[in-house]
Amino acid sequence: MSLALDKPRSPRRPAARRSNGELYSWLFMRLSGLLLVVLVLGHLFIMNILDGGVHKINFGFVAGRWASPFWQFWDLAMLWLAQIHGGNGVRTVINDYARKDSTRFWLKMLLYVSMVLIISLGTFVIFTFDPNISN
Amino acid sequence: MTATAETTAGSRGSQPPVPDGAVTVTVKIRRFNPEIDDEPRWDAFDIPALPSDRVLNLLHHIKWYVDGTLTFRRSCAHGICGSDAMRINGVNRLACKVLLKDLLEKGDKRTTITIEPIKGLPVHKDLLVDMEPFFEAFRAVKPYLVTYGNEPTRERIQSAADRERFDDTTKCILCACCTTSCPVYWTEGSYFGPAAIVNAHRFIFDSRDEGAEERLDILNDIDGVWRCRTTFNCTDACPRGIQVTKAIQEVKRALLFKRV
Repeated sequence: MSLALDKPRSPRRPAARRSNGELYSWLFMRLSGLLLVVLVLGHLFIMNILDGGVHKINFGFVAGRWASPFWQFWDLAMLWLAQIHGGNGVRTVINDYARKDSTRFWLKMLLYVSMVLIISLGTFVIFTFDPNISN
Repeated sequence: MTATAETTAGSRGSQPPVPDGAVTVTVKIRRFNPEIDDEPRWDAFDIPALPSDRVLNLLHHIKWYVDGTLTFRRSCAHGICGSDAMRINGVNRLACKVLLKDLLEKGDKRTTITIEPIKGLPVHKDLLVDMEPFFEAFRAVKPYLVTYGNEPTRERIQSAADRERFDDTTKCILCACCTTSCPVYWTEGSYFGPAAIVNAHRFIFDSRDEGAEERLDILNDIDGVWRCRTTFNCTDACPRGIQVTKAIQEVKRALLFKRV
């Protein structure tokens, strides 16, 4: 079965890991991108163009929207998809351009920590938002 | 070791007579001599050339009659062997397939042609690069027929339609124009690169071959096809006109739908 090569694979390249991780990440980028087009453009339209645009936004407006589970879900989906989509994009950029393994590792750690922080903070706010806080 | 100083003589003696209709062009070459230079440098040569000359003729003229130390690869000089891949005016081309008339400036302006070694591979000297990392990636995708079971007593039959599926990728001459035009390959040498994927494609879609799954597993890795950003540099660079990016996309599709 084994074929004799004059210079078989060099040790620099590790054997294939037989994992579909990169495939799923590639696929996720396409699908989340499509969803984000709808979510972000919809968000932009509602917040900045309809009914006097950005000037109508105040505490009451946000409180009114988040009273509905639909808009809670919309904003939650947008937060998660945008964070993971963007984070995954930056991950591929780091993989492509970091020259040292240690640089690559620490840049990715920084990225993952910031992603987790922003996702948790945003999710926390969406679910625990109290419209009566000013009272 | 005594490094000889810049020789100004060519390897074939004095310059031949300038032919009728010749124009003088400036050839700027990115040079590196590991025995003298710490950094690559630019050398410019003003040489007479005919519009029907190929860029390779200009390099020959410099090496033979101006500066014999100029180092580059070339073998067949007719676009078949793939030895003389280089970066000509910023794009990867075979020096033997680019005609001077296609590079000439309009009007009376002096034409300057820049020639650099292909990017992303270690430079040995001048335009000569170490091709070993390129061939290492090529070997890693098992670019040979893989079959199991008993060998048939007669030839392995294939329909014309089945042959057509990988016809485009059989044209590869391993010149490295595509791989060294890829921005991902420039910064991260562990990416397999377009040429290796093209040669994997040639066997993955061959109905006689049984190693498709092994090759797809190899290309499913972090350094495999998912690294491709579809910038199409490779398709533009290929001197054989292979639709390289399309071939890479076909491998992605085979992985995505688990179907060859």
